[in-house]
Amino acid sequence: MPLLEVQNLSKTYRQMGGETTVAIREISCKIQRGEFVSFVGPSGCGKTTLLMSIAGLIAPSSGRVMVHGKEVTGPPPNLVLVFQDFNKSLFAWRSVLGNVRFGLEARGNHSRQAEGKARSLIDLVGLNGFENHYPWELSGGMQQRVAIARALAYEPEVLLMDEPFGSLDALTRLELEDTVLKLWEELSTTILFITHDIEEAIYLSDRILLLSQRPSQIVEELPIDFARPRNQVVTRAEARFMEIRNRIYQRIRNEGAPL
Amino acid sequence: MGWLAFSFLLLIWELGSRLNPALQPYLPPVSRILSTLGEVVLSGQIVSHLMITLSRFLQGYLLAASMAVILGTVLGYFRLAHSLFEAVIEFLRPMPSVAIIPVAVLLLGIGDAMIVAVTVYASLWPVLINTIDGVRHIERTLIDTGRTFGLNRRKILWQVVLPAAAPYIVTGLRISLSIALILVTTAEMVAGSKGLGFFILDEERSMNSSNMYAGVILVAVLGYLLNRLFLLCEAWAMNWRRGMLARESI
Repeated sequence: MPLLEVQNLSKTYRQMGGETTVAIREISCKIQRGEFVSFVGPSGCGKTTLLMSIAGLIAPSSGRVMVHGKEVTGPPPNLVLVFQDFNKSLFAWRSVLGNVRFGLEARGNHSRQAEGKARSLIDLVGLNGFENHYPWELSGGMQQRVAIARALAYEPEVLLMDEPFGSLDALTRLELEDTVLKLWEELSTTILFITHDIEEAIYLSDRILLLSQRPSQIVEELPIDFARPRNQVVTRAEARFMEIRNRIYQRIRNEGAPL
Repeated sequence: MGWLAFSFLLLIWELGSRLNPALQPYLPPVSRILSTLGEVVLSGQIVSHLMITLSRFLQGYLLAASMAVILGTVLGYFRLAHSLFEAVIEFLRPMPSVAIIPVAVLLLGIGDAMIVAVTVYASLWPVLINTIDGVRHIERTLIDTGRTFGLNRRKILWQVVLPAAAPYIVTGLRISLSIALILVTTAEMVAGSKGLGFFILDEERSMNSSNMYAGVILVAVLGYLLNRLFLLCEAWAMNWRRGMLARESI
């Protein structure tokens, strides 16, 4: 049984003037345990809506999401979402350590060991020495690392990431891509990743699901089987890397309109 | 540097008063005011007034603060509740709170109950408005963060909403601090028989201007000390903000 299954998910928004927008229409997919799957699509295509629906933060208009065979009706306990806007997601009143401990506390872990665990996670994301800093004192990349560490402290089976590196500069993005891969390999979490950066998706994933413009549907599924561990120089230098990238780029450009 | 300018003004006052005997009933020399101050404090006479004012202030302020934070959180959280009360709030908040004093006298007579009630009424508004504001303007993403970590509504309220709204609430509490003292003093003047407000007015009517000024100084000192105490508490509670605000002011 797949760990996570999306069945004919649709979401329609009703605006103030009475108009309706169909954000996603009949999206279905299956995610197996341990996979790294990316959703790629043009801006505004409903990627965030999709992820928020999977995360149980938005109720779908029709269709459903199943986790371990059980329907999602609210935030499932073994899933956590890392938001694109880390600025608005991190707790300004808690230090780095405090934020990561929140993830543990949310799991019910208030023990002494919790602090040790939090510190090791902070080390894992490369923020050793910044435990007592407050979010406002950190750069964007560092803040997102805190958000990731906090999410991992929750020990989720599935980590959902909504364009987590979208607001960061290119070099920081490359660094964090490798950080996420390292974490994924060490912790064997299943990751659902949203990005508009085609090459980032190819670099990170086992599978890419291509989304059309609104109303979003899955137009293509591409398996990505470059050797792991991936490498920013080696993997991206492979001839097929560019082939896949061009294919996706063309598809998005041409198939911008929905099916 | 500011103290220098202030001392200079005091000096002008002192000299002007000493050189101009006709002024002295209205503007006694600073030195005489200070010595009078010393006398009334040491004789204990004014201290009891001070304690009464302080006690009324504390009762009114703390009662108002706790009620307003609770009510403000409810109104900020529940849009329905807020729209119900919005009209009332918008109508009452611009009204000068001192206008309520005669109403209170009519309903509660003169005495502690009236004074505390008036103080509560006036101190409610800044805390209430700011709390509503703080709670209403919490980022949706922050709440969703609480939800994705599996927190229930109660936990989200205590662990996310209140800490996030805290800066707004503290602003309201700071404003209310001054207002509470103003109202206590005014109410004591208008319809009291005890307290610093009453003392100041009474000494004025009895043409004891030195005593009157002494009372004014004491009330100013009281306000100053309360403010400093508040800032200390704020610094301790809002420790995480200190550096952030300093940076923003650059």
